[in-house]
Amino acid sequence: MNVEVTPLPGIGTRQDFMIRAGRRIGVITHRDGKFELIVSSLDDPDDCTASIALTPAEASTLAGLLGSPQLVAHLQEQQREVAGISTKQFPIVPGSRFDGSPLAETELRTRTGASIVAVVRAGSVHPSPRPDFVFQGGDLVVVVGTADGLGAAAELLGGG
Amino acid sequence: MHSTALALIQLGAVFFGLGLLGKMAWRIGISPIPLYLIGGLAFGQGGLVPLHGIEDFTHLSSEIGVILLLLLLGLEYSAAELVTGLKRSWTAGLMDIVLNATPGVIAALILGWGPLGALAMGGVTYISSSGIIAKVLGDLGRLGNRETPVVLSVLVFEDLAMAVYLPILTAVLAGVSFVGGLTAVGISLAAITVVLVIALKFGRYVSALVDSPDPEVFLLKVLGAALLVAGVASELQVSAAVGAFLLGIAISGSTAENATRMLEPLRDLFAAMFFVVFGLNTDPASIPPVLALAVALAVVTTLTKVATGWWAARRQGIGRMGRARAGAALVARGEFSIVIASLTVASGAVDQQLAALATAYVLLMAVLGPVAARVVEPLARKFTRKRGPAPATA
Repeated sequence: MNVEVTPLPGIGTRQDFMIRAGRRIGVITHRDGKFELIVSSLDDPDDCTASIALTPAEASTLAGLLGSPQLVAHLQEQQREVAGISTKQFPIVPGSRFDGSPLAETELRTRTGASIVAVVRAGSVHPSPRPDFVFQGGDLVVVVGTADGLGAAAELLGGG
Repeated sequence: MHSTALALIQLGAVFFGLGLLGKMAWRIGISPIPLYLIGGLAFGQGGLVPLHGIEDFTHLSSEIGVILLLLLLGLEYSAAELVTGLKRSWTAGLMDIVLNATPGVIAALILGWGPLGALAMGGVTYISSSGIIAKVLGDLGRLGNRETPVVLSVLVFEDLAMAVYLPILTAVLAGVSFVGGLTAVGISLAAITVVLVIALKFGRYVSALVDSPDPEVFLLKVLGAALLVAGVASELQVSAAVGAFLLGIAISGSTAENATRMLEPLRDLFAAMFFVVFGLNTDPASIPPVLALAVALAVVTTLTKVATGWWAARRQGIGRMGRARAGAALVARGEFSIVIASLTVASGAVDQQLAALATAYVLLMAVLGPVAARVVEPLARKFTRKRGPAPATA
């Protein structure tokens, strides 16, 4: 990917690149450390439809959200050689059964044979969570197992 | 005791009033500078409510206002940015000077103000307001646009042009003889070259001199250094503002960024006072006779700035709409036009009517600039639909 870096004298730096959909997306880093997410408009590539101010925390959360699907893809890549095993991620819906309860309470492994290998929370990854790890609404649970096991896990974590 | 109380009440009323004006201005999307000037006109000689007993304070604060305006202008771009800007955009920069100084020069010559008046008015109509433009670009979400670096590089060049222009102006205003003027010009050019070289090669030593991890110490040192340099420069007939400006260029890197953050609120406070005092010293009755000329200048220099931006953006391969946006963004004139007018009028070497013309002109341009930047897109779109592709003149 060819990221173009343009100095903005007196303001900061613009870093952007063309995506396949024909738009420019990128980030303006202000001198004082603020970020701005920019998306160029469709009909005028010089112009921006959106320039969204982000705090450093918000920027890192967004980066995590965009980065976390890659974690699953990475795990899938690793388990390709092991026949019959795959990786899926399930969200903990806020207010659902396991929102606020520790990992051990799901008894996922006992009931389904699948295991939880990571939890993605607010863009950051918690690998190999311990049994006392407490789920929060919005967490993404990354589970490894057989097709049957993953189906059962989906029912357990999502359905109930 | 009683007079102190009165002075405090007057000052308080002035600042509070300016605060309300500023809030109103940004709410309707224009710069507060014209409102400050009008505020000053209303208080001053021939105005509605004359102020008494705080002249000493307002006079000194307006001087500090000019020093801080120029110090922060110098701090805004690093020496490296200035040099790259000079290399990359000197053609657009020269075009900018020729197109936008000429109307002011012609107006001054028509009014019979002589070469000095022409030099000053050329500066007034040339220099865009980097403060207004940066704010408007940020507010309109155009910092990520492709034409924005073009706009900024024109501003960088203007900044550099000021570094050469201001010492020459003040030197010529002070030493009236031709030979004396030339000597002063030579000295000014040498001074700015030396400062740029110092800033590029030894900038960190200058920065280290004023830098401090403690914000309080840092503020006092920077402000103290600025006033000291300004005072010494003023004693050497180079004008206080120029000294502060050169100091601003010499301070670099993170020290410059911290200094900007620290001094911005102070600058806003004292600069507001400067605009009010400039308005105070301008007799409102002197404006109507020059109003027609100011309007004509406003129209012409709006078109010339749009042309400058259009041309500069086209050279960088920006589309039509982007060119129109770049042109309209550059239209605003403001603080530095008033600084030039105030330096000129203070020297007494030029007709005092220059103050009235500059005031009327900046009143128009500081309002017109942000408005132009805002309406250029719908206007250009309408224009293109009706008459086929054509340059937009906002």
